[in-house]
Amino acid sequence: MSMTKSSLLTARVGGMALLSAVLALAPLGFANAYYYDVAVGALFNAIICVGLNLLIGYGGQISLGHGAFFALGAYGSAIATSRWGVPPLAAMVASATLVGLMAFVIARPILRLKGHYLAMATLGIGMIIYIVLKTEAQWTGGPDGMGVDPLAVAGLALSTDRQWYWLSAALLLLAVWLSLNLVQSPVGRALRAGHGAEIGAQVVGVDTSHYKVLMFVVSAVFASVVGSLFAHKNGFITPDIASFHRSIELVTMVVLGGMASIFGSVLGAFILTLLPQMLTAFDDYEAMIFGAIMMGTMIFLPKGLLPSLILLIRKRMGGRS
Amino acid sequence: MAELLQYLFAGLTSGAIYALAGLGFAIIYNASHVINFAQGEFIMIGGMATATLTAAGVPLPAAILAAMALTMLVGVALEKFAIEPARNADVVTIIIITIGASIFLRGAAQVVWDKEFHALAPFSGETPIRILGATLMPQSLWVFGVSMAAIAALWWFFNHTLFGKAMLATSFNRLAAQLMGIGVKKVLLVSFALSALLGAVGGIVVTPIAFTNYEAGIMLGLKGFSAAVLGGLGNGMGAVVGGLIVGIAEALGAGYVSSAYKDAIAFVIILFVLFFMPNGLFGKKGVDRV
Repeated sequence: MSMTKSSLLTARVGGMALLSAVLALAPLGFANAYYYDVAVGALFNAIICVGLNLLIGYGGQISLGHGAFFALGAYGSAIATSRWGVPPLAAMVASATLVGLMAFVIARPILRLKGHYLAMATLGIGMIIYIVLKTEAQWTGGPDGMGVDPLAVAGLALSTDRQWYWLSAALLLLAVWLSLNLVQSPVGRALRAGHGAEIGAQVVGVDTSHYKVLMFVVSAVFASVVGSLFAHKNGFITPDIASFHRSIELVTMVVLGGMASIFGSVLGAFILTLLPQMLTAFDDYEAMIFGAIMMGTMIFLPKGLLPSLILLIRKRMGGRS
Repeated sequence: MAELLQYLFAGLTSGAIYALAGLGFAIIYNASHVINFAQGEFIMIGGMATATLTAAGVPLPAAILAAMALTMLVGVALEKFAIEPARNADVVTIIIITIGASIFLRGAAQVVWDKEFHALAPFSGETPIRILGATLMPQSLWVFGVSMAAIAALWWFFNHTLFGKAMLATSFNRLAAQLMGIGVKKVLLVSFALSALLGAVGGIVVTPIAFTNYEAGIMLGLKGFSAAVLGGLGNGMGAVVGGLIVGIAEALGAGYVSSAYKDAIAFVIILFVLFFMPNGLFGKKGVDRV
């Protein structure tokens, strides 16, 4: 890869501009509030996946438990606002801080593990949190779930799906911008060195584990913040948001969009959130088709959608000039 | 004492199923370094096929044979159409492919059968056996006996048949095995067929105890993965021991600590073991080539 700094810069700026344009123009095609509702779900997933991709794509670490961080943010906000009357914004920040701290504490022992052992450990942590949320009914309402108040800041409540759309679109742009900068910073370069050849990077003096911990914490905090938002938006949460299925869904979005491609994660999240909406017409065959699409994409485009697409365009353009 | 014995019986019964599932993970991992997240679905298919066939009037032995054949066919198809074409993909990519396969198989089961729970009559009655004050259901003996017999047969296959030895050789060094004239592709196919067979056997013997539906494989698959990791990936006997440990710990935990946290116990043990032994109980220490 011999990309000059200026072409990288334009790719970033161009990508941000394109994403902003898409987010600004998309509502023109929204026929009713339901479209906004689905779009907000897609944006939420996109924010989490951008964070998760820092860990998976750039840190080279898999996590099969990020649904749990999402759920901890959601339940943290729900419990703090409804039980203790904490203002939503403060509850969101407090939950994200706690989740970040927790991620920091477990990161070192967990990220020592490699490959499938790491997958198992993150899966285990996710399952334990899921079971705790399901069992401690006096706090969480158990499997029946619990209600959450709407998001209100200084007396102003966010109530319509349209308002939620603009808020989450702005947050996605912020998340993408933060991540692009993180990836291009010395931290990001160190991480990519770690992914390619960890021991090689260590030999030349890069403290790879330090950066991996950082990415683990950042991705957990992203998930937690979105969890808080989701709880307020939905008004009701159940432990299923921490399930294994949810964690898998998030990883699939990242891998489908393209590992180590920030914009790919956005694309992957959009597609996998919208796909089930389109497949509902297939009724009983929905799960079969969904699974087949998952397998097919990964078999034929193992690098993910966006990187494969870019490669294709480059080849076309290269062939012409 | 009677209480403890009761928990041990329960633990050994579910542990035997986890052991079979764990061994299934290990066989495929050895042949291909793939973790097959659709392993639990093999268990589900074996159980569902037997339950629905017997309900349709097919005699039990014929239903069992048909269920085993069907599951092996699914395993072979999975290898041929999903794993083989993605040979050179990343670990994470292949994980997603097998998860996609598990979703596909669950969806297919829902279409072919339905979303209801299905039962299967115990193989030899329901008269409990009393041992030292504890009761043991005959079906538990079937589960444990059949599982151990399957594991022993597999051990014999890997150590005393030419093809079994070829499979072991492939797991140690793929390239060297290929150079010695071992058909690595065939080894891969057989490993999926064997894992599927093990899953089917587990699903068939456990269904009279636990019922089955299209989602029954999810938890069993995850527990099997836990067993395989606990024992050290790629170590067949490790996976068996890991499965029994997980089963017994769960039963004891559910009995003495909290039944609500039964499913969490397996994962707590795994985390604890991995923190101190990053390669599982009996795993080889990996060497990285720089």
